[in-house]
Amino acid sequence: MSNTATVHEAEVHGVHDAHHEHHHHETFISKYVFSQDHKMIARQFLITGMIWAIIGGLFSVLFRLQLGYPNTTFPWLEDLLGHWAKGGKLQPEFYYALVTMHGTILVFFVLTAGLSGTFANFLIPLQIGARDMASPMLNMLSYWFFFLASIIMFSSLFVQTGPASGGWTIYPPLSALGDASSGSKIGMDLWLASMAMFVVSSLLGGLNYITTILNMRTKGMSMTRMPLTIWALFFTAVLGVLSFPVLLSGAILLLFDRNLGTSFFLSDIVVNGKILPNEGGSAILFQHLFWFLGHPEVYIILLPAMGMSSEIISVNSRKPIFGYMAMVGSLFAIAILAFLVWAHHMFVTGLNPFLGAFFVLLTLLIAVPSAIKVFNWLTTLWRANIRFTPAMLFAIGFVSLFISGGLTGIFLGNSALDIHLHDTYFVVAHFHIVMGVASFMGMFAGVYHWFPKMYGRFLNNTLGYIHFWVTIIGAYLIFWPMHYEGLAGMPRRYYDFSAWESFKMFGGLNEFISFVSMIVFAAQLLFVFNFFYSIFKGRKVKDTNPWGANTLEWTTPIRPGHGNWVGEIPEVHRGAYDYGKDGREFIPQTEPVGENESHH
Amino acid sequence: MTKILLIAIVIMIFIVIFQISKASEYVSILKGEEKARKQNNRINAFLLVVFLVLGLIGCWWCNNLYYGKTLFVQGAASEMGEKIDLMLYITIAVTGVVFFVTQVLLFWFSFKYQEKDDRKAYYFPHNTKLELLWTTVPAIFLTVLVVFGLKYWFKMTGEAPQNSIVIEVTGHQFGWEFRYPGPDKILGKKDYRLTKGANSLGVDFNDPASLDDMHVPATVHIPVGRPVKFVINAQDVIHDVGLSHFRMKMDAVPGIPTTLWFTPLYTTEEMKARTGNPNFVYEISCDQMCGKGHFSMRGVIVVDTQEEYLKYLATLEPEYWTIFPDKKPGAPKPAITDTTKSKASLAAIMPAGN
Repeated sequence: MSNTATVHEAEVHGVHDAHHEHHHHETFISKYVFSQDHKMIARQFLITGMIWAIIGGLFSVLFRLQLGYPNTTFPWLEDLLGHWAKGGKLQPEFYYALVTMHGTILVFFVLTAGLSGTFANFLIPLQIGARDMASPMLNMLSYWFFFLASIIMFSSLFVQTGPASGGWTIYPPLSALGDASSGSKIGMDLWLASMAMFVVSSLLGGLNYITTILNMRTKGMSMTRMPLTIWALFFTAVLGVLSFPVLLSGAILLLFDRNLGTSFFLSDIVVNGKILPNEGGSAILFQHLFWFLGHPEVYIILLPAMGMSSEIISVNSRKPIFGYMAMVGSLFAIAILAFLVWAHHMFVTGLNPFLGAFFVLLTLLIAVPSAIKVFNWLTTLWRANIRFTPAMLFAIGFVSLFISGGLTGIFLGNSALDIHLHDTYFVVAHFHIVMGVASFMGMFAGVYHWFPKMYGRFLNNTLGYIHFWVTIIGAYLIFWPMHYEGLAGMPRRYYDFSAWESFKMFGGLNEFISFVSMIVFAAQLLFVFNFFYSIFKGRKVKDTNPWGANTLEWTTPIRPGHGNWVGEIPEVHRGAYDYGKDGREFIPQTEPVGENESHH
Repeated sequence: MTKILLIAIVIMIFIVIFQISKASEYVSILKGEEKARKQNNRINAFLLVVFLVLGLIGCWWCNNLYYGKTLFVQGAASEMGEKIDLMLYITIAVTGVVFFVTQVLLFWFSFKYQEKDDRKAYYFPHNTKLELLWTTVPAIFLTVLVVFGLKYWFKMTGEAPQNSIVIEVTGHQFGWEFRYPGPDKILGKKDYRLTKGANSLGVDFNDPASLDDMHVPATVHIPVGRPVKFVINAQDVIHDVGLSHFRMKMDAVPGIPTTLWFTPLYTTEEMKARTGNPNFVYEISCDQMCGKGHFSMRGVIVVDTQEEYLKYLATLEPEYWTIFPDKKPGAPKPAITDTTKSKASLAAIMPAGN
């Protein structure tokens, strides 16, 4: 165990202040609101993300009600949603608004800001041995821009014509023309404004993460000694910094088309009997701009989950992660390829087939680094000595879902098959499993694993186990059968299938899926309750290194103050994964290499 | 009342679960935390392997329930579609094996290598040979799939055969319109600025080729066994011509015409027999989110025999005649007042300068 004894926060501050020149008084505002401590900012991101996750999840339950019970009216729905659900039945335009907001919220606000924002902020300084981010000020701004984006997006839920309802991909002309959809009126402007703030937030955050990782590693922490979490968060930040500005440009051009009469994405349009003067624009151009962000975005969501799962699997297997360099290399390969495959979302737009062929090739190439990662995780488990903490279960769940959802990507990346499966429930199943639930699994793994570091207490284990089992069983029950709906050609984003001879036979299955989704949602509320209860009443952490892990965050006091370490920042002498080496259960990174230590 | 009862029950369940969880924490302290932890470890390791077994049985069961509802059973209704189905089968087989092996290993390893007092984790940080193995093997399999896929991709997206029947498809919120080129086999020009009143497609009737074109809404007839090429437009937002039975799909984009082609193998009547469903119909689903009526944007393709098709075509009138009934041969010569009226209506839909 680590040699640091239990140190209380007050003591930390005393020592910390004596050691450092930037002496500051902490008021309630500076400690909890406009905090510049990366750990507090991480918690702010996490809790904001959780609030969004509840809203986004609730939306999915509401529109699943319509899909599962298309012929039933729910009077209480009108009480809850007002004119969105006139007569107790969700109206089509608000069904689409809920679908759109569900996607937007989960992709951007929860799995980008909530996931990267939380763990990049929390883990980067702690795991590389830095007292804080390179620029704590920008870091704070990153959160507050996110908060601003959240406020704008949330307010769009309350405008008369409803929030954006053209899908989270906001393809023009639908999103450009208020005449085409009520959600494309003021709701869409708010969506774009919110997203502009969001991009600013993610750029401020991303630049900070990259700078911190490159410049502020402690003595001895060479790049190749960094934990895989840090590598994953590093590549995530690079992806975000390079791709989010492209979304911003697309959003600005769309705002121009909407409000200033330009024709970037509009041409030859007659809508509602009105002949529009716009000519020469290309609706497909927007899709290129959108997916140039949109595809890297998928990996922005997935990579942190991969990194954290790698770390947690290694720690709890009591074994080094198998093939550390291959794991870093495959992360790098995925990050590069993420930029070169965006048009595989556009195989049926009339894309030049020759160009399409390159996107097929590069897309399926991603399966190679993905396969390396899966086999390396499996080999890490082989002949291990596994402890099933809730975090470990979620990490295993992540691998299982990553396999299931990754394999269906091979279908969709192959353009000839994609023509048939494009925009069917097969796609819904694929991305919810591989990007949605898998990333949530990674995020939960991270929360259960690092909660003791965040709050000095443990989450309740039993609730954690219940949470895991309901979530993984529910996720498979919800999404696995959707593959069959997709293979029947059933299109996504349909409000009602009963008029379709080809798709109406899945009524019973849709009802089942909706029912399971409610139970899974309830299980998430159990987690939320566990989270807030444990912050105040959870079992206290008594040991600085409760998981017996090698990484630096466990050399800090149980509740580290601003500045993280009491006294000097420790020096690093080895990689992060010396578990089970030379018969020792674990060897912290801070321990110098012994004279008789074996080399591998 | 039932509402309140239901909410009360849900809250009760929550409280019970929470109290049990809280109690289990105290019990573990009483029992000794290490002992409780080890017990949890054994339980969860066991559950993981149960999950694997039940999950695999569930996959098999799900397949039994729903395979019959996929399109595999009735087979593809187009020539390329059959190749796509074959490719789907191959891909399912390859990925299915990988799925089975990796999931079994994942959960079996988890169970087998659960923490035991007498076991030490085996220090095994890397092995270049193994890593090269699972870099190259997937790469080889993927190459095969890519080669297959691209061969079909180029065939499907390539030029339609010379003898194709050309039909124009136009999507709008929320329906489909079709235009046959008529005896001259050329579709007349269109200009979206002409979209007014009865001329709902914006056809330019100054183009002689447009005079024999025939416009039908919602349902299109095509003959069996001949390639059909759709020229696809959209008037307002992006739509998508989804032809799941033919395994084809193409977006309809305002301002950018697209095309797709396929060769239907079975008439609608034959498909009724093949599927055993007397209501069977080839449906066109809009597969690109297009607004609040997206889910109701339904079109129908009727695949006829060659004779039925020709008989059907004979019943259609050129759109020119339906918009300008006085131009129909044999139509009563309009009186002078009528001529001015029809000129006025003509002026409304003709481009300026005519």
